[in-house]
Amino acid sequence: MTQLLEVDDLVVSFGALRAVDGISFAVTPGETLGLVGESGCGKSTTALALMRLLQGATLRGAARFAGRDLLALDEAAMRRVRGAEIAMIFQDPGTSLHPLIPVGEQVAEVLRAHLDIPATEARARALELFRKVGIAAPEQRLRAYPHELSGGMCQRVMIAAAIACGPRLLLADEPTTALDVTVQAQILDLLRSIARDSGMAVILITHDLGVVAGLADRVAVMYAGRIVEAADTRTLFANPAHPYTRGLLGAVPQLDRGWDEDLPTIAGSVETALAAKGCRFAPRCNFAYAACAERPPLEAVGEGHVAACWKVR
Amino acid sequence: MSPPLVEAVGLARHYRVEGRLLRALDGVDVAIARGETLGLVGESGSGKSTLGRTLVGLQAPSRGTVRFDGIDTQTITGASLRQLRRRRQLVFQDPSGALNPRMTIGATLTEHLRVQGWDRAAARAHVPDVLRQAGLSSEYAARYPHEISGGQRQRAVIARAISTDPDFLVADEPVSALDVSTRAQIINLLRALQRVRGLGMLFISHDLSVVAHACRNVAVMYLGRIVELAPREALFAAPMHPYTAALLSAVPRADPARERARDRIILPGETPDPSAPPPGCRFHPRCPLATDVCKRDDPPVRALGRGHVSACHHAERVPQLAAGGSR
Ligand SMILES: Nc1ncnc2c1ncn2[C@@H]1O[C@H](COP(=O)(O)OP(=O)(O)O)[C@@H](O)[C@H]1O
Ligand SMILES: Nc1ncnc2c1ncn2[C@@H]1O[C@H](COP(=O)(O)OP(=O)(O)O)[C@@H](O)[C@H]1O
Ligand code: SF4
Ligand SMILES: [Mg+2]
Ligand SMILES: [Mg+2]
Repeated sequence: MTQLLEVDDLVVSFGALRAVDGISFAVTPGETLGLVGESGCGKSTTALALMRLLQGATLRGAARFAGRDLLALDEAAMRRVRGAEIAMIFQDPGTSLHPLIPVGEQVAEVLRAHLDIPATEARARALELFRKVGIAAPEQRLRAYPHELSGGMCQRVMIAAAIACGPRLLLADEPTTALDVTVQAQILDLLRSIARDSGMAVILITHDLGVVAGLADRVAVMYAGRIVEAADTRTLFANPAHPYTRGLLGAVPQLDRGWDEDLPTIAGSVETALAAKGCRFAPRCNFAYAACAERPPLEAVGEGHVAACWKVR
Repeated sequence: MSPPLVEAVGLARHYRVEGRLLRALDGVDVAIARGETLGLVGESGSGKSTLGRTLVGLQAPSRGTVRFDGIDTQTITGASLRQLRRRRQLVFQDPSGALNPRMTIGATLTEHLRVQGWDRAAARAHVPDVLRQAGLSSEYAARYPHEISGGQRQRAVIARAISTDPDFLVADEPVSALDVSTRAQIINLLRALQRVRGLGMLFISHDLSVVAHACRNVAVMYLGRIVELAPREALFAAPMHPYTAALLSAVPRADPARERARDRIILPGETPDPSAPPPGCRFHPRCPLATDVCKRDDPPVRALGRGHVSACHHAERVPQLAAGGSR
């Protein structure tokens, strides 16, 4: 199938730090790709690089989106992409909304920035969007300020703004991490149904393996700036190949088993990774051997399943 | 029978917020035995931290009593009060905020012991041992908080809490700020400490699966009340409060087949303002089982056998609701 987004060897550096160290992945139209990994491994940086919202970073590689290279577009062209063709929502909806502008107006503004419509129509469409994202009493809520709304409600507003122009790709960066679990369930349900109904593709960034298990069609696992494994969701959970993925899945406390045993752990912490020359997971890996001093390529280990590990090739 | 290590009776804690009375704790009864770990779950604002702080004496109750070893803590003074401080300790959620950035880990530990009445030399000598028990080598005494990882900082905070050899520990979201791989290490550490030292522990978390691994009994809070309390097996297999059932069904599980097959109990709306809780059962506006009696009468806490208590008029109907939501 033709790809909606094709990221090719993306490198993002902040000075000497390579926060994203040569990653490649693709997203097909309508697909939800989960991008998982622990904090600091470069997930947000990847998304912000695609949106060209990073300051003081050097970008290398390519990100072909619907026939253009996002990394090569000038700011004017990028502004037409942002919000209209690719939208983004963040972990903390409270801080992404302007505190002094009513939320309905903020959604209407997104519409007017990209579509040539009068203010009254923008307002009417904002109301419609509020209904669509399940905001109760939407007429009143249009006039509310962010601080008058709960975190879950603010995230609904953010989603309304994000889908306002019918983007083909949504970058959702930890969209439910700041929310309580019952509200998280509501928001995940909403994202799932919007993606299904609109055919919008989603890159769902999260550290929570449970969240991707429910929502993603495919999953890419990041460790220290690199993708170490990617597969369709079922395969990844049933047959993880990379020692890091296996470690991560093992370390998740389960609701219904293993209560009386110690949780399996991954020794050490991610801080050791930046010093590693070859495989960045080697300092924490039980299987590391001589070959791991070289960087392992991301190679097929099964149907639609890739991993970057010398041991599992 | 000896009294429980820690016991709260009719505990209430009120705050004044913009002239209104906010009942953060609104009548909580709870008992924790020596060697028992009680998990406390509930969504943000339900009163978990307030309960934790009140049980370790960092806050006075507005009403009700906290007993430690059978003695009303409000009546304790002087040297016994210092003893009591030593015996109950708190581990905070955010390991960075809990440590003074300008002090080495060793200095922080020494300082903590000094406040509890140790002399400086003895306190210093005790530091390596305490670090080791928290899984840190003695070199960490010389490090500053920013020089070590989040997991190591949380170990340092735990080291501080156990340094006075307490009998009771409140761990308030001790792993919430940590990544998956570090979280597992800290859960294991707390379990081991609890087991080896026979600590009584209140383990606060918004994450039910974390609590399942750390605690034998679990209490669920909603708007300042404990609405259900039971051994974890019973609570997870057959919850007797609809709020617990909804929480369980909302927890995302790292299992795609199951995630996709399940029918969640999606609660309408969000937790109401705690300064104006709904009348009757405070859960009724969001409850899938609510009837007229729920709108009218505050449900009493009922003992349902085998250590299972629930504050729901329709507790007996919950297992059926839960069976649909957790598949
Ligand atoms: N603006 C920035 N300047 C310097 N370093 C940064 C900047 N943004 C992120 N980083 C670093 O890049 C790495 C990846 O960060 P991030 O993409 O936020 O990770 P994640 O989203 O996976 O938690 C981290 O080491 C972080 O400290
Ligand atoms: N110092 C305080 N002053 C005013 N309100 C407070 C204070 N501490 C907590 N609260 C309020 O009390 C309620 C319970 O808070 P808390 O115990 O922190 O809940 P939890 O730990 O379950 O999130 C919340 O509504 C919170 O806003
Ligand atoms: S008492 Fe009524 S409203 Fe409250 S939890 Fe039970 S069924 Fe629901
Ligand atoms: Mg991030
Ligand atoms: Mg709290």
